[in-house]
Amino acid sequence: MSVNTHELVERQAQAASDRATSWRNTVMDGLFRNLTRLFALLVLCLLAAIFVSLVIGGWTAIEKFGPRFLVTEEWNPVTEDFGALVPIYGTLVTSLIALLIALPVSFGIALFLTELAPTWLRRPLGMAIELLAAIPSIIYGMWGLFVFAPVFQRYAEPAIKATLGNLPGVGALFSGPPMGIGMLTAGIILGIMVIPFIAAVMRDVFELAPPMLKESAHALGATTWEVVWKVVLPYTKIGVVGGVMLGLGRALGETMAVTFVIGNAHELSLSLLAPGNSIASALANEFTEAVGDIYASALIELGLILFLITSIVLALSKLLLARLAKREGTQT
Amino acid sequence: MTTRRIFLRTIAAVAAAGLATMAVAADITGAGATFPYPIYAKWADAYKKAAGIGLNYQSIGSGGGIKQITAKTVNFGASDMPLKAEDLDKNGLVQFPAIMGGVVPVYNLKNIKPGELRFTGKILADIYSGKVKKWNDPAIAAVNPGLKLPNEDISVVHRSDGSGTTFLFTNYLSKVSPEWKEKVGEGTAVKWPTGIGGKGNEGVSAYIKQISGTIGYVEYAYAKQNKSSYGLMENRSRKFVAPNDESFKAAAAGADWAKTPGMAVILTDQPGASAWPITGASFILMHTKQDKPESAREVLKFFDWAFQNGDQMALELDYVPIPDSVVKLIHAAWKNITDTSGKTVY
Repeated sequence: MSVNTHELVERQAQAASDRATSWRNTVMDGLFRNLTRLFALLVLCLLAAIFVSLVIGGWTAIEKFGPRFLVTEEWNPVTEDFGALVPIYGTLVTSLIALLIALPVSFGIALFLTELAPTWLRRPLGMAIELLAAIPSIIYGMWGLFVFAPVFQRYAEPAIKATLGNLPGVGALFSGPPMGIGMLTAGIILGIMVIPFIAAVMRDVFELAPPMLKESAHALGATTWEVVWKVVLPYTKIGVVGGVMLGLGRALGETMAVTFVIGNAHELSLSLLAPGNSIASALANEFTEAVGDIYASALIELGLILFLITSIVLALSKLLLARLAKREGTQT
Repeated sequence: MTTRRIFLRTIAAVAAAGLATMAVAADITGAGATFPYPIYAKWADAYKKAAGIGLNYQSIGSGGGIKQITAKTVNFGASDMPLKAEDLDKNGLVQFPAIMGGVVPVYNLKNIKPGELRFTGKILADIYSGKVKKWNDPAIAAVNPGLKLPNEDISVVHRSDGSGTTFLFTNYLSKVSPEWKEKVGEGTAVKWPTGIGGKGNEGVSAYIKQISGTIGYVEYAYAKQNKSSYGLMENRSRKFVAPNDESFKAAAAGADWAKTPGMAVILTDQPGASAWPITGASFILMHTKQDKPESAREVLKFFDWAFQNGDQMALELDYVPIPDSVVKLIHAAWKNITDTSGKTVY
């Protein structure tokens, strides 16, 4: 009996301590959950705050120019008449050129690194690509201006003009005097800058493709190209699109490198060889000495537009992924 | 100047970060124009050794300087573009020049040496309007007899960032060309009819070095230190002059500082046989009514010291010191700076 009592007491004590522990755990869990939720909410708050402050800062210009701001090419600080068409056009065109260059090259790099390269080469090559991503953008800009632009002006641009420039229709894109600086140069430099980002992400996701799937495909007699194109790529497409968006985000917002080589002219020109301007480089150039409310406000509105363009691009990529997933559902 | 300027800016950034946490009460604070920053920093360094009081100057640009002094977050503001008398009155500010410099046209033409090519204001305006397109244009040939000008396109380079250099240049073009004045006008940034934009003097200079057939305009100090191919300019007395300390001083001497309200003298197109036509001063802005008369006194002490002892330092950095006759007028203007009871602070 005494033993039983003893046991009972012990058991009760044990239960109490268990309850205490579990109570403590619940509290800690709750605290931790709320803390992480707070951090996540902080991001949303920051985003909203940035948006609101951009709208407030740009309100003078929004009120004065209205939607006309988006479609006029005028940018005259003297008469304080501003329109964002030239920088918007320049931002989109340079980023598009960058993607056109970076996408195939990055795909090739990732394919080589995951499927074709000998094992001893994979690590050093992969590291080299990651190192490229760590180079500050101003270095790319200076290299573009001092090394790439003169070579491009002397050798590449005359050749481009003599060949592509004579084609009907497309020719207009490659006309004008070769200066070495302009939207095409900016696009190429941007392309080189985003290659490491896209390539690194692509390589990482390609490595995630299950070996069993790949080996099965090989066993069925598929070539390496077919394996990558029909097995690896469909399996990893979300990651690939994510990597591309990361690169596009960098290209859209890149400032210093573009400023060095785009020519910074507020002129709308169809020719890619002509100087243009991008939103980010217009901001970097003009913000410090923007005297007057309307001028500063117009620049802030430009910032708001860049913010919106980036958001739209992100939203479109999500939409694209959703549609891809849906189609998959109907096919299988 | 590039590397030194970047170096100085880095130091300033580090110093500013340090000062923010352990600001000494007696230190002077200022903000504004980037063009005079190297000389203010040099003066500040020497003054700290001489008087023990530091200067925290942030070169955030003229626009920022005007905003900061209006908001009273700094002891003085600095602007490359003088404020108009009515703007000064409206904000209760007094303005005086602190240092001068000049703007010179530079070019990249094979076989033509620095100082060989001559320009007139009209020619520069026509080139920058896109009307004169070739280097062997008859207008350029007419003022350059004996020079073999190439049949090459002129590529125009201008500043892409807002700057006091652009203000002086466009102000000069507006004075000599009615057409420029009407179509483009003047300002720290304008709507350029043609050409490509380089960021800073470095950017313009880099484009000119890279691209053959270019023309641009840069600060004198920058052109000199980089041994750029500068051109001669025809001044108001129809004489061709070279840019140097003497021709800048001549431009300052010819100006009527006393009669211009707010000392808002722009030294472009000044009379005088040896005056350089594109000269300008950088200005300091202070409140006329001082809530804190002791800090205003320190600012004035600093500039008084700089006007007396800083000329050699300015010349070393290829700036032009303010002539003594003008310093006397500045001292007179300082009498307008008072504390809240109306007593002169310095």
